[in-house]
Amino acid sequence: MSFQVIVFYSFAAWLIFAALMVISSKNSVKAALFLVLTFASASAIWLLLEAEFLAISLIVVYVGAVMVLLLFVVMMLDVDYAALRQGFVKKLPIAIVIAAAFFAVLYSFITSGEFSAENYAAPAAKAADYSNIKALGRVLYTEYFIAFEIAAVILLVAIVAAISLSFRGRRNRKAQVVSKQLEANKRNRLKILKVDPVESAQPEVAEQEEAKS
Amino acid sequence: MTDSMNLAFITSEIFLLVAICVIMIVDLYQRDKERMLTFALTQITLLVLFIIDFNQLSQERVIAFSGHWVNDHLSGILKLSIYAISFIALFYARPFISHRNLMRGEYYMLTLFSILGMMVMVSANSFLTVYLGLELLSLSLYALVALQRDSKLASESAVKYFVMGGLASGFLLYGISLIYGASGSLIITEVANHYQETPFGLIGKFGLVFIVIGLAFKFGAVPFHMWLPDIYHGSPSSITAFIASVPKVAAFGMTVRLLVEAFGQSVSEWSTMLLIVALLSVAFGNVIAVSQSNLKRLLAYSAIAHIGYFLLGIVPGTAASYSAAMYYIIVYALMTLAGFGIVIFMSSENHEYQKITDLRGLGRYHPWYGLMFSIVMVSLAGIPPFIGFWPKLEIFRHLVINGYVLEAVIAIAFSVVGLFYYLKVIKEMFFAESADSPAITSSRSLKIAVSVNCILLVIFGLMPDNIYQYCLQAFQIAG
Repeated sequence: MSFQVIVFYSFAAWLIFAALMVISSKNSVKAALFLVLTFASASAIWLLLEAEFLAISLIVVYVGAVMVLLLFVVMMLDVDYAALRQGFVKKLPIAIVIAAAFFAVLYSFITSGEFSAENYAAPAAKAADYSNIKALGRVLYTEYFIAFEIAAVILLVAIVAAISLSFRGRRNRKAQVVSKQLEANKRNRLKILKVDPVESAQPEVAEQEEAKS
Repeated sequence: MTDSMNLAFITSEIFLLVAICVIMIVDLYQRDKERMLTFALTQITLLVLFIIDFNQLSQERVIAFSGHWVNDHLSGILKLSIYAISFIALFYARPFISHRNLMRGEYYMLTLFSILGMMVMVSANSFLTVYLGLELLSLSLYALVALQRDSKLASESAVKYFVMGGLASGFLLYGISLIYGASGSLIITEVANHYQETPFGLIGKFGLVFIVIGLAFKFGAVPFHMWLPDIYHGSPSSITAFIASVPKVAAFGMTVRLLVEAFGQSVSEWSTMLLIVALLSVAFGNVIAVSQSNLKRLLAYSAIAHIGYFLLGIVPGTAASYSAAMYYIIVYALMTLAGFGIVIFMSSENHEYQKITDLRGLGRYHPWYGLMFSIVMVSLAGIPPFIGFWPKLEIFRHLVINGYVLEAVIAIAFSVVGLFYYLKVIKEMFFAESADSPAITSSRSLKIAVSVNCILLVIFGLMPDNIYQYCLQAFQIAG
């Protein structure tokens, strides 16, 4: 057994274990963390396939960004996960039957069908200085030019939609405006009035004051 | 003819994208509450697009951008109908959104973005481009439905639409990935070539099942229809009118690209699946619609039934039957737009007329509009000489020619069931007792738009060739 095979099987085992834990763990934060583990093992398998760039972007994009956001959402929302699980046992037999049938079909593809080892020769290993990013970049801007541009438009739609769904106009907060604070001076704020001394209208009070002193 | 990077083939798409960006900036500096300028610019954009594509209509079939893009008669004619129907839909939308909390520039922008997505869908020549166009369309539609933020119903249906749309995209993508694995190419013409040489294997069948399920989900055909009535009911009426009409035309283009062009060699593989879905839709849609009392839900179930008839047009798998299906879907978009136009028309500032009983007395007090709405209903039911009749006739004709006699009989029987609920609406308008007349507060532009739309149904019904000849041209049949 070569080293690569050992690496593949260990990461594949991790991946399956983690994926099972995602759907079976009771704690939602734990489930999200297991999803991170799933992504990490998948990216290790991609590394074995010599798809270095994809492996790294899986870590950076999914583990780094998407999953962190998901964790925030999971921690902030108070979802009753026990209620979500209702009917799990009742539907389990049907789910198992469907999953088993699905597995059987997919298994037949890779053992005897069109995806079998006889139909697909193992690809030759690339040279050590082969650049994934270069190859990707080359097809991205030539062959897949139009798809790339449409993807950009989709991002634009996402921006417009997100803003239009969350922006509710300018709000007047009680915030400090530093420039206005600095502009303030004595002349604008203070007004000194000359007030004539008022003659006391209540002599009794005045007398009491005198008595105190 | 193949040409790789010639931007001339996507002139209209580039124009639309630039126009959207310009409208976005212009809208930012608008103080006008009615957003007249944004509206005018949007409509002018659609007009210009119509002119650009009308002039390019006679061009030969071109495959460009390394095979990812195709310009042919089909895409040209579908685009023209998309522009025309969106144009009318926006006239409906303006008065409706102006006195709800919806009059924002984003409404027009998202509509234009979804039109861009539909343009991509109908002239895509690879699975990737089809999918990206579909996502562009769907994302804009989700946002449009959610635009009414303060309405619980709209938010709920937006989330439902989003989840269901995501599920459908997942099915579609899974099927595409299997086909990609089996054929080694994403480009539709190359997939077709692959299956010409090699037999249709198990993986191809498996992938095809998922693609058909994804399409049925997007169309809302039985048994994947559960989301459709809720979303039609929950969204603001003007957005429902848009969702129910224009994207169907684009979805037809997507179906032709995905099924007919990629798997044209193996029609029998998918036509049986479509036949089951279509007959179920015709049956369920018509029967459930009978018990609806809400006009929007009634139209939603009638949409399911109509999708069934339309899919029956694709089932025989001949070029002539595809053109009949295309005729059906364009006409249906026009009719359903008029149908939701009624709902918009009857809505006043703070009240949405939705119940069928709300239409009581309309025929007596406003006979003109009563007549208009009767035309819509009769047309949807498919009674000659109105336009709904001719595409149905063509579809049944092609079913019978190709030996689907029993299926045609079943479909006709259920369209008699359909007649019942369409006539029920007319009965409420003209024959039900009502003490007071329903108030009509809609603006003049809406009155004109509704009348024009309904009269179009009559004119096209009297001259059915007008649209049909273009549909025949799209599939290279002399009209």
